[in-house]
Amino acid sequence: MPEPVQQTIRLSIDSRYENIELVQAVLDETLESLPIDEETGYWMGIALREALTNAIKHGNALDPEKKVEVCLAVGESGLDITVEDQGSGFDPGAVADPLAPDNLLKTEGRGIFYMRRFMDKIDYDFGAEGGTKVRLHKEFDASGGSAEANQGGANED
Amino acid sequence: MKIDKRQRDGATILDLQGRITIGEGDVALREAVLAAVGEGATNILLNMGRVRSIDSSGVGELVAAYTTVTNRGGKLRLFSMPSRVLGVLQITQLVTVLDILEDEDEAVASVA
Repeated sequence: MPEPVQQTIRLSIDSRYENIELVQAVLDETLESLPIDEETGYWMGIALREALTNAIKHGNALDPEKKVEVCLAVGESGLDITVEDQGSGFDPGAVADPLAPDNLLKTEGRGIFYMRRFMDKIDYDFGAEGGTKVRLHKEFDASGGSAEANQGGANED
Repeated sequence: MKIDKRQRDGATILDLQGRITIGEGDVALREAVLAAVGEGATNILLNMGRVRSIDSSGVGELVAAYTTVTNRGGKLRLFSMPSRVLGVLQITQLVTVLDILEDEDEAVASVA
């Protein structure tokens, strides 16, 4: 059962890359009041940027007439971010593994991988009349930071 | 994204500053590398020390730069990697492909 939402912020942007900065700024401001440490917030920003890029580039095919709807929903124990485009959808299962040796030198195909890595959970919904909605979830940490230090691998070395 | 170009000991060094992200930094990086290659540069060193952030599009441009330079018989090196940028490359295992050096002296020596 979904937890009660304490705060919801909705944005509707045109399909332009420069609008990614606007949404990032809103996320950054939202995170300031949440129990998420700066490092985790940084990686959440990268995940959000990847979701927005997919929606603008692959979903809406850079058509500025098409909108991307963004929702930040703050719950008691975590933050849900949804990004919805007006494209024709896609099959997440058909996305190639960017870690496969044959794919390492490809110039595309890492965005979903990064989203999965930097968030605790992601899932997709596809509208009956098109459109892809991706939901990114991050748990709060009771100690004041993130639930998991799974960000980026910057601390893995 | 701001990119300054300079020469040192036969290598072309591109000093990158800002974000390598979609729609801006990724394009700037592509154009800078292609311009250097077009001018005859074979050894290109990317100074990453002042790169604040990178996304998958920026990573794609680093891969494209590497492929472009190596396919022409040249060498591409990255040095002074900020930890967050390095982290993004680590989790997609690109540190096993790209040549990443500690600092400028090491990078210059590697192509001498």
